[in-house]
Amino acid sequence: MGRYVLKRLLMMIPVFIGVSLIVYCICGSNTRPILMKVGGEDMTLEEEAELKHELGFDQPILIRYVKYMGGMIRGDLGKSHITGDDVLESFLQTFPLTMKVAMSSVLVAILISLPLGIVSALKRGTLTDNASMVVALLGLSIPNFWFGLMMILLFALNLRWLPSVGYKQGIKSLILPAITIGTGMTARLTRQTRSSMLDVLRADYLRTARAKGVSESRVILHHALRNALIPIIATLGGQIAATLAGASVTETVFALPGVGRLVVNAINDMDVNMVTGCVTLKAMVTSVVMLLVDFLFALVDPRIKAQFAKGGKKNG
Amino acid sequence: MADIKNKKIKRRSQWDEIWRRLRKNTGAMIGMAIVFVMVAVACSVDLIYDYDTEIIAQDIPNRYLEPCAEYWFGTDALGRDVFKRVVYGAKYSLLIGFMATVVSTAIALVLGSAAGYFGGKVDNLIMRFCDIWGAVPGLMLGMIIVSLLGPSIWNLIIAMGLGGISGKSRTVRAAVLTVRNSEYVESARSIGMPEWKIILKYILPNCMSPIIVAVTLGVAADIISASSLSFLGLGVQAPAPEWGAMLTSARENLRYYPYLAIFPGLAIMVTVLALNMFGDGLRDAMDPKLRR
Repeated sequence: MGRYVLKRLLMMIPVFIGVSLIVYCICGSNTRPILMKVGGEDMTLEEEAELKHELGFDQPILIRYVKYMGGMIRGDLGKSHITGDDVLESFLQTFPLTMKVAMSSVLVAILISLPLGIVSALKRGTLTDNASMVVALLGLSIPNFWFGLMMILLFALNLRWLPSVGYKQGIKSLILPAITIGTGMTARLTRQTRSSMLDVLRADYLRTARAKGVSESRVILHHALRNALIPIIATLGGQIAATLAGASVTETVFALPGVGRLVVNAINDMDVNMVTGCVTLKAMVTSVVMLLVDFLFALVDPRIKAQFAKGGKKNG
Repeated sequence: MADIKNKKIKRRSQWDEIWRRLRKNTGAMIGMAIVFVMVAVACSVDLIYDYDTEIIAQDIPNRYLEPCAEYWFGTDALGRDVFKRVVYGAKYSLLIGFMATVVSTAIALVLGSAAGYFGGKVDNLIMRFCDIWGAVPGLMLGMIIVSLLGPSIWNLIIAMGLGGISGKSRTVRAAVLTVRNSEYVESARSIGMPEWKIILKYILPNCMSPIIVAVTLGVAADIISASSLSFLGLGVQAPAPEWGAMLTSARENLRYYPYLAIFPGLAIMVTVLALNMFGDGLRDAMDPKLRR
């Protein structure tokens, strides 16, 4: 088990190097926005050259990357060229909010999608099933920034139940963003729950369980759901990782000061240190979530646990 | 004897079979019909409307009119007819969605089939590249590339296309792996056919189903991402009537003129919904095992 974790953690290193290299090289090859912002629009050519030298932008991009990487190894992700803020600090300041939004949307998604998916699978082909599948497809097709706007329109501007934008009213400010992000997640999870429940519903062990007199609710929740859970957890893990990494659009709609908005603003200025640092950290968060998902697999499924114990799992 | 000769034996190809199954799926057929109408509209908008006088021309006296008989979707802050702009916007979203998917699929076909067919070191190299490329969140990658190249339709297409490489490469690779060891591939190899020809002639045509499904659903996802980027100001720029960009300006006056925000968003949703319905149906039709 320990060896497996170590292997997985070591395998992350080349990914982070690759991610930071790609992002740094794309983002760092246009330094004009930073120069314009720091030096002002009307600086002379000499001033620009001087500023370039001062910021180290006159060196080739790979050399700049190696220098940046050197800092990264020591835990120093550099400072923003625009605001001068420490990148790691800015990330850590904004991450808790993104985390809160992500977790509340996961809660919304699980509470709705598991029952809905199970009922759909049990009542396959009925009106209930068709209706919930149509709703799930709608949820998949709705662009979340537009859905967010519509929620603001209805619940904040018309009904005045909830605050529209910003993060001033604590948990109340999180409800609309959580539902907005949760909708797509709910849709995917409902479809996955339904299809993996359908896969196990015909299994012989369910007939055995029923034959020996196990109550129907226990057959469904204990015997069927537990066996259907692996693909559901995989979908959920992917969704959590995606939300932690990329809720930038929703955060912009609701003006939430989370990581997503931090990165969007940094990208607008081509603030290379900030962008590279944050995207690499996001990739790290994603990898860790995926690793945790694999542990959850082992927790749910004794067969996978046995593989873990043998010291390695094929295909990670 | 003559009777038998005259009797036409109806030969059903694999595609006939898929079409027969697809036709029975009402949702998929509705989706397909909507997609066809959308594509037809998108191709002909330049014939219906004059871009300079009807789409972007300002008409200040008629600004902020609520939806009415003359202006079905109302008029915006500059007095432009929102209905015409939404219809015209179909061109942008569909063009970007399709082209971005074409770009990513073309690259993924090369990478995925090379990885799947050759295996070993080539496979390892390409897949590790995909791991890294895919570890950058897709929308972020798109945003960074657009910021570097500058916001325009073609740059948006390139950015979104590059963002979709790793996922599609995996799909292609997985599909190639399923047919790589077939007898017909082996026999082609044994008569000394060049590798690239084997891939083009025997491998890819036999593993098209999952790729076609991935493409259909990919267009839907790309349309959403493209409008998200435009919404963030990183895609098609105003005054062009791209749906995401229209929502950005509608957002400023959401409280007073909500209808400006409703219609462009509905347009995105209907388009994506139609593509998803079609894609789902296609998947069920192509893989009867998955059918439920």
